[in-house]
Parts: sequence; structure tokens; C-alpha cells
Amino acid sequence: MNAEVQPAVERLHARYAHALDQGRLEDWPNFFTQNGRYRITTAENEERGLPLPVLYAEGRPMLRDRVQSLRHANIYEPQRYRHIMSSVLVEELDNAHARSVANFLVIRIMESGDTLLFASGRYVDRIVLSEEPQYEERVVICDSSRFDTLLAIPL
Amino acid sequence: MLQRTWPAEGLTRVPYWVYQDADIYQREQDRIFRGPTWSYLCLEAELPEPQSFLTSFVGDMPVVVARDAEGAIHAFENRCAHRGALICMHSRGKAERFACIYHNWTYDHSGNLLNVAFRKGIAGKGGMPADARPESQAPKKLRVQSVHGLVFGTLSEETASLEDYIGPDILPRIKRVMIKPVKVLGKYTQVLPNNWKLYMDNVKDTYHASLLHLFFTRFRINRLTQEGGVFVSNDGAHHCTFTRMIEDQGDAYEKDGMRSAGSGGFKLEAPELLEQEDELGDAVSIQILSLFPGFVLHQIRNSLAARQVVPKGIDRTELHWTLFGFADDDDAMTRRRLMQANLVGPAGYISMEDGAATGFVQRGVAGSPERASVIEMGGSSVGAGDSRITETAVRGLWKAWRSHMSI
Repeated sequence: MNAEVQPAVERLHARYAHALDQGRLEDWPNFFTQNGRYRITTAENEERGLPLPVLYAEGRPMLRDRVQSLRHANIYEPQRYRHIMSSVLVEELDNAHARSVANFLVIRIMESGDTLLFASGRYVDRIVLSEEPQYEERVVICDSSRFDTLLAIPL
Repeated sequence: MLQRTWPAEGLTRVPYWVYQDADIYQREQDRIFRGPTWSYLCLEAELPEPQSFLTSFVGDMPVVVARDAEGAIHAFENRCAHRGALICMHSRGKAERFACIYHNWTYDHSGNLLNVAFRKGIAGKGGMPADARPESQAPKKLRVQSVHGLVFGTLSEETASLEDYIGPDILPRIKRVMIKPVKVLGKYTQVLPNNWKLYMDNVKDTYHASLLHLFFTRFRINRLTQEGGVFVSNDGAHHCTFTRMIEDQGDAYEKDGMRSAGSGGFKLEAPELLEQEDELGDAVSIQILSLFPGFVLHQIRNSLAARQVVPKGIDRTELHWTLFGFADDDDAMTRRRLMQANLVGPAGYISMEDGAATGFVQRGVAGSPERASVIEMGGSSVGAGDSRITETAVRGLWKAWRSHMSI
């Protein structure tokens, strides 16, 4: 594998996490290719071969709709995330594509200070390698099927 | 003994102690969940073959739901006769019998105690006396009945048949959705930081939808100006509300200066997410149906789901969502249902606020158990109507609740 691929993928993951953790939702769709897919699911549904997503978007317009709705329609208590990522495995598929699996923890911090381990799981990604790598597909597989109150900000 | 008195105004006031009081919670478990009501357990489709089982709840009480070798569905308390341990620790599977892990007492698919390990001891030593009656503490058995593929259980001999319990106003609205065999698309659980009744009265509150869930109105998807209506069963216990598919071009929200008005020209860039096929043939875009005490069936465009409301203490409730389609769905319909899954659940465009709003009530009333909700939209009665600017179904919930609780 080209020695630059692993750090390039890890940089993409890190930039993605920082954007969400800093509340820069408008930047979120741009981490995906024009037709990029984003899906949050649970390990249980995945293992049982059940297709139900918790959240699903196909292409940047749908990703932007999610952001627009979070900004202007949905009501949720002020909150922040802190993403912690580890164990990033990268496999180069060809000159232009890579596959990545990474572990994540997402901690949710409410305005009151209440801090909760909100989600843990795996990112399973297909990435287009270029000057600025992007997700062609990002599947977020949550370890637990249980979600506290609501899932507003994407994982 | 409880010393609680309902406000003199009647059903237009709901005192906040109903969401806070530990004695009330225990009495609800006894009189409502373990009393003469039917609790939703699962879909028949979740028990696909003989000897399939899953674990579920009736209020606090854990239950096993299982098909026997002949395919009949049974349900029994998930509590071993011996020491009270869970008989079954798995959420689903297939089993010839159930064995408690603690001392290996075994049960059949209807909860009958089959075998007590070393009951007669070994080589004449140990074991139980010949007149011991461990069966006297056997797990409770539920009466089980299904309606259109939905499985319910009750612990009371007094409960009317399931169809009579649901009644002639609501039953046809279940049949309207459950028109053929279903297939499960997946499940998840939403944990709500509030009393279970706050979720049930949210579901029955036809007035809140377009005011709390701004996605509806911002993108002009559902407004109270659209044609719709509400049904409530005679005893107030169950309800059904619906909205027709006609697009609203009016400006009632704008005239009232509503926070949820569609100002700012918001439009979805990818509205195909919402495209509905009128598969039920009656041009209804949304139908929300609830059965007392804790079941909700929804059709939101082509999203179909059963929601089971499981109380987990005074101020904690689990909402178990099971989304489904029909067994004969083609790929395009499955895709539509998965797209529209974005509308519901913990990340749902039009449902994520429910957990927040009901949690806000739980927190807001912390210092005022003696104060009460004002529930006067649509007057003081409980009944059907063609306006959804009403709280008639919420009053129905409290009518039924008070009757069960003798409060």
C-alpha cells in the first residue's frame, strides 16, 4: 500500500470529527462525494441482515437537507459531541479508492454539563482518494440499539 | 394508601403528581399493566416458525413469547418458579425448551415447569420431599391473542376479548394498515427521560404535531389546515388520528405569526425522500393509532411501525420501535420505506422532538406536584371529531387511566 494512504485517511476522519465536534454542520456534507452515502445503523440490525437505518442520506443534497432541518426545523437542547477514534485500519482498493474501518466513541455534552457516553461503534468507509479524500460511503454501526432521548447531530 | 385527589375540573386538568409518585407507579403496574388490559408483545412475523421465541415486557414484568411445536403462540412471565431468575436471557432465537441457568429447571413453550433438576436427589440422598409443590410458584401465564398480525397478552381473566377491548371505532383502522403479511425491516430503542404517560399523551395530542415538529410545517408537509380527523374509543382508552395527502397552500400559520410558519422559503433539495405511494388506496398520508396502555401503530407516508412503550421507573421510559414493510414489497418499495425511516425514531425528522418535549415536562413540573396541565383544546369532552386542534384523545387517556386506578 502507498505509504501516504493511511495518514490521508486518518486525516479525513480527524477533520470530519473536528467539524462535527465544533458544530460546523454546514461542512459535513462536503466530506462526502457528490453521490456519497451516509447511514447510521445498529450492530444488531446489521448482524440480523435487517436494512433499517437510524438515519440515511444519499448524496449531498440529502445531507444538506438534514443540516437545513437541524438548523431551521428540528428542536433539540443545545449539545456538543466529542468524537474519539482509534484502531484505524486502511486497505487500498485501487489507485483511487480505499476502505477503512475505525472504532469510535461519541461523548455528548449538554449545556447543563451533563456528559454521557452517547454512542460507540465502528465506521466502515469507502473513500475516494484524491488531493482531498472524500467518503463515497460512510456506514456508522452503533454497538448498542438504544439511543438516549434523540440523535440530532450526525455521528 | 394513596391520598391523591383529582382536581375538581375533571379531565381538563391533569395533576403533575401522576408523573412523579412512586406509589402511583406501583399501582399502575398492578391495576393497569397486570390488570384488565391488553399489552402489545410483538409482531407475529417476529416468531417466524415453530419453537421461535423472543423476550418482551408487560409493564415492568419480563415475559417470554414463544411458538410451540405446533405453531401456537404463548406468553409467560420470564421468572423461574424456583428462585425468580430470568428463565430466558436471550432477546430472540429458537429453542426446544427453556432452561433457567441458575439451577437448570426447565420449561416448555407455554411456561409449564417440565423438570426440576435432582428433584429426587441422587442415590436416595438430597432432593425435594415428595409433597413439595414448586409448581405453586410457576411463572404467570398470559392469555395471548393476535389481531392482524399484532400479538397482545393480558394477565387478567377479566379482560374482554382483544377485538372487543379495541372496539369497533379503532379496529378497522388497524386492519386498514395491516392488510397483508409483514416483514420486519429492523428495530431500535429510544430511551425517554420521562414517565411513560407523558409519551402516551404526546402520541394522543393531535394539536402538537405541526407546532412542535417544525419539519412538517417548514417544508409544508402536514398542517392542521389539511383535512383529517380523530377517533377515540368510548372508554377514552384508544385513539386514531389521520391526515389526508392534499397539499396545503394556505397561510394560517403565517397569519398567526407561528414559530413553525413556513417563512424563509425552505425547500428540500431532495424531496424524493418523502414521495409516497398510496399503497393503502385511501389517500391518507399519516395515521397514528394508540391502544391503552402502551401501544402505537403508525403509518407515516410509507413508513410503518409498531412502537411498544415500556415503563422503566417513574421518570424513564423505553420506546421499542419495530419498523416493517410487507412480505411482498418490491425493491423500490423497500427503498422508499428505508428512506422514510428518516422521518421517525431517535433521529426522525418528525419524531426526534417528542423525547425532548416530554422530558422537558418531567423536568418542568419537578417542584409542582400539586399543579396541573390545562387540557381544554376542543372543550372538555372525549369523542371523535374532524379537527385536530383538540386534546380530546388526551382527555380520553386520563378518563381510562382514572377508571383503572380508581382515582
